[in-house]
Amino acid sequence: MRAARYPVRWRPASQGTKGGKNMLETWGRRAVAAALAASALVWASAAQAQEGIDSGDSAWILTATALVLFMTLPGLALFYGGLVRANNVLSALMHCFSIACVASVLWLIVAYSLAFGDGGGANALIGGLGKAFLAGVGKETASGSIPESLFFMFQMTFAIITPALIVGAYPERIRFPAMILFSAIWLIVVYAPVAHWVWGGGWLADLGAMDFAGGMVVHVTAGVSALVLAKMLGGRRGFPSELRPPHNPGMTMIGACMLWVGWFGFNAGSALTAGGDAAMAMTVTHISAAAGALAWAAAEWVRFGKPSLIGIVTGMVAGLATITPASGFVGPAGALAIGVAAGLVCQWFTGLVKQTMRIDDSLDVFAVHGIGGALGTLATAFFATAALGGFGLAEGVGALQQLGVQALGVISVAAWSAIASFVIIKLVQALVGLRVSQDEEIEGLDIVAHGERGYDL
Amino acid sequence: MKFIVAVIKPHKLDQVRDALTAIGVHGMTVSEVRGYGRQGGHTEIYRGAEYQVSFLPKIKIEVAVDDASVERTVEAIEAAAKTGQIGDGKIFVYDLGRAVRIRTGEQNEEAL
Repeated sequence: MRAARYPVRWRPASQGTKGGKNMLETWGRRAVAAALAASALVWASAAQAQEGIDSGDSAWILTATALVLFMTLPGLALFYGGLVRANNVLSALMHCFSIACVASVLWLIVAYSLAFGDGGGANALIGGLGKAFLAGVGKETASGSIPESLFFMFQMTFAIITPALIVGAYPERIRFPAMILFSAIWLIVVYAPVAHWVWGGGWLADLGAMDFAGGMVVHVTAGVSALVLAKMLGGRRGFPSELRPPHNPGMTMIGACMLWVGWFGFNAGSALTAGGDAAMAMTVTHISAAAGALAWAAAEWVRFGKPSLIGIVTGMVAGLATITPASGFVGPAGALAIGVAAGLVCQWFTGLVKQTMRIDDSLDVFAVHGIGGALGTLATAFFATAALGGFGLAEGVGALQQLGVQALGVISVAAWSAIASFVIIKLVQALVGLRVSQDEEIEGLDIVAHGERGYDL
Repeated sequence: MKFIVAVIKPHKLDQVRDALTAIGVHGMTVSEVRGYGRQGGHTEIYRGAEYQVSFLPKIKIEVAVDDASVERTVEAIEAAAKTGQIGDGKIFVYDLGRAVRIRTGEQNEEAL
């Protein structure tokens, strides 16, 4: 196993590290400025992928970083904002915004190092503190073909959106200090280790687990933790029979559209290069989004008589969450199948969680992200195969064997998320208390926690 | 003097306003309210969960008229606001004790 000093992105052995890059494009760019010999040298070193910062790759990942931050601010914020009652809209926005700030600071202080640093003897489980405060990382420090500070930033946007996803489990009733404390501890205890296992050279990476952009790291962790938190917090007043509907489905749609566009940064950016890998990841991401949306809308049409706006955008998010782990490995036709499956399966699970299990995972984080991420992670084992239009599993590895690794990954990530979340919640409950009073819940968190009104009507 | 309160379907507001203007009633207060009578509510479905919405949007019109105009005012509102479907609304007539025009201080019938 390569020393994981720099982030390792899984690629099948049959594919060259820069094999996807368009040689003509590289040649054309270099040949203008340099002599033939210098051009050949630069081309050769670009093909090594460990030396030299490539401006094309960097430009794309700089952009992708902005796109993924945009997914949280304001994409996810608006998406959730529209789904809650009007007197809680600001609190939903506040949760996402403050988590973005807290996660950013913690990422610098410790979480990046834990996720992607070298853990020495414990590197199978967690990174060390060698990169705390980005120690030793200067402007010229490279991580693959991009600056390490950029890799740090790109990964930070993932570390921001993952705890922000969990906001959907607890709106309208969680105490603000509890939310901040939970999110902060969760980032360090759940997100950073899992990111290390899968992307930072930890044990799941060693086993060859395939998670291109965060099916396990982002969606399973957030989804499972959300379910645990929703269960322990208790449901909203009036759940399940007397709830108030989403106050602004239009706002939700606006946020959802930002998620779709931003997801191009999320998945295509996870290629960490600008070229065929990123382009194909973008393609399959988009196809899955559209397919998921249509499948959900169609199922709703059949089941309830009308296709709804909230339904179709939720299906889109399900499609995106599900394609996330697969986005670097599957082809467009596979993405179509994955998207359709996502739209149908995730919809079914929203009913299972709310009506059968009676857990008020208010904005369906587990059903859409938890199940979607798990589904996509497992589906990768099949749709990555050449037979199903994918770009190949690792040499010598068959689909069923890979499925075993994927399943092990999903189960272990889910188990760790659940157990750790349980402990964190108990701690937070003891320290600051979890839930507002019933009167406060009736009045709404906007006034109670933030002293503001969303609408002046 | 009488104070007439009419709760009507929102899309009928313009028609009622035109009808009142036609009979010489030139002032009114309009508010957005919610309510139900026999119409009941409707069901909305979000992500598979049903929400019963009992209170429907309505428009409440309030207009003060002198006794001589009450009958034709009520008839005008009734005719303009009617669709024949449940939920058309109701008209209530109150006795009005006093009225003042704030700008000029005119009282009662002169203020209407």
